[in-house]
Amino acid sequence: MSTVPAWMTACRLTALVGHSGSGKTEVAVNMTVALAQAGIKTALADLDIVNPYFRSRERRDILARLGVRFVSSSQALVDADVPALPAELNTLLQDESLRSILDIGGDSGARVLGRYRHQIAAQPHQVLLVLNAHRPWTRTAEQAIASLRQIEATMGLPVTGIVNNTHLCGETGPEDVLLGARLARQVSDKTDIPVICHCAARPLAGRLPAMDEPVFPIDVYMKKPWER
Amino acid sequence: MEKELWKGNEAIAEAAIRAGVNCFFGYPITPQNEIPEYMSAHLPEAGGVFVQSESELAAINMVYGAASSGMRAMTSSSSPGVSLKQEGISYMAGAELPGVIVNMMRGGPGLGTIQPSQCDYFQATRGGGNGDYRTMVLAPCNIQEAVDMTQEAFDLADLYRMPVVVLGDGMIGQMMEPIVWHDIPKRELPAKDWAANGRRGRDHNNFVTSLRMDAPDCEEHNRALQRKYDLISQTEVRWEETDTADCEILIAAYGTPARIASSAVEELRAKGVKAGLFRPKTVWPFPSKRLAEIAGQDSVKAILVVEMSMGQMVEDVQLATKCVKPIGFHGRPGGMFPSVEGIMEEAEKLLKEVQ
Repeated sequence: MSTVPAWMTACRLTALVGHSGSGKTEVAVNMTVALAQAGIKTALADLDIVNPYFRSRERRDILARLGVRFVSSSQALVDADVPALPAELNTLLQDESLRSILDIGGDSGARVLGRYRHQIAAQPHQVLLVLNAHRPWTRTAEQAIASLRQIEATMGLPVTGIVNNTHLCGETGPEDVLLGARLARQVSDKTDIPVICHCAARPLAGRLPAMDEPVFPIDVYMKKPWER
Repeated sequence: MEKELWKGNEAIAEAAIRAGVNCFFGYPITPQNEIPEYMSAHLPEAGGVFVQSESELAAINMVYGAASSGMRAMTSSSSPGVSLKQEGISYMAGAELPGVIVNMMRGGPGLGTIQPSQCDYFQATRGGGNGDYRTMVLAPCNIQEAVDMTQEAFDLADLYRMPVVVLGDGMIGQMMEPIVWHDIPKRELPAKDWAANGRRGRDHNNFVTSLRMDAPDCEEHNRALQRKYDLISQTEVRWEETDTADCEILIAAYGTPARIASSAVEELRAKGVKAGLFRPKTVWPFPSKRLAEIAGQDSVKAILVVEMSMGQMVEDVQLATKCVKPIGFHGRPGGMFPSVEGIMEEAEKLLKEVQ
């Protein structure tokens, strides 16, 4: 059994939100795997009603092997491209024996949280903003904050933490993570929302200098078919 | 230049804006939705016009109309939607109108699946509409190329006065990759003195049509179009090749499957199998001449064509090489990807068969 960092177990419910393409799904799957490997009863909900490709449900098999309860927005037909929410989602919100990770669609996809905001707000939860400083619309603190505020308005819940997930896929170097750390710090200073962690692909995580917040080593599960 | 992480569809839309597109007309369909979505948000900011049309048919005819008046016009869709556009594309070819059409292919036939595919190769390269016509078809294999090709497509369309297709499989639209925005080479473009945009001091009205009632006139029009297509076949052919100098097994693939094939070539080489890759970047005009040269090399024992369709580009490979070497085929249709292992296995099997 491995151990998990405190930020990951701080609350029973964790919702991951962010600009489209910020890497919410990869962070969600990695968090789920880390929790499950530590022997914690974990559930993952793929509530991305926006994007039908690169979804956490594609990694259903890995999660099943780890005993993760997996809920997807259209379980009957994974490629249906239908923005329907599963009734089973209520289990994740109500079953207090479960740690639940909610993987939310980009931008306006955050509206799915709006429907559940009262249930979520009534119990220990964290809403983490996944931020990639290399995405064209979240390169500056002003842009990132504008995106953050828009997402908050859409879901009706405040963001409680910032996850720096700055990368350039396979071309990522330490400087990219550090660039993202600076952006996350600026956003944090202006919003008083704490920086929670810095994500880095596992081989890169070991090459990073000392950081103010924990580094979360990521295994890339959403591989492209030519990537080995 | 600083790298940015872009999703394919967004990047294509931004590339078109940077290329000076004036008008975008489109209708939603997965997996290309981010193109109209991005255009709706950002093209008006750039001074252009975005219209969500009532159908794909309407969209392509709006492109026809805007192009007739000299505007840079574009539409995008995915396979079933592009089927609906075929009539308009044929009319544009007949009227010699420039325009850019993006097809982010998904599995078919019919509604098929929203997952990626290359099953519209015939439609794109042979022309899905009526008449003797061609469209230039650019086939990117990564987001950087999709961006560069989209920008260039507008110049090519204006230069040759014809519709140009950017043909991507759904992966190109949906995946994210680092790109750099850089200046692409610009063509010297003729003035659009044929556009129906008012007299502007001319002594006649310009009239844009594909209707040529007089048979000898229509024949001459077809011959003129053919001369244009012949010229393009000489001047605009593009491809990329790796490890072809001494290869025994030549793998031919385009779009993202070419990247899977490229990984397979690397692993085959590591095992001591002399593999090479031929990747057409224009699938019309098809790089026939160079492919025939490679196929004619003594080293080459066989050719394996890999597609996310059931054997469409393989016909161009057969035509180009005149089957001087045995040609094998490995295809995954309906939204499924070939695997590196699958390609390696087929390549080794084919080599064994011919030796």
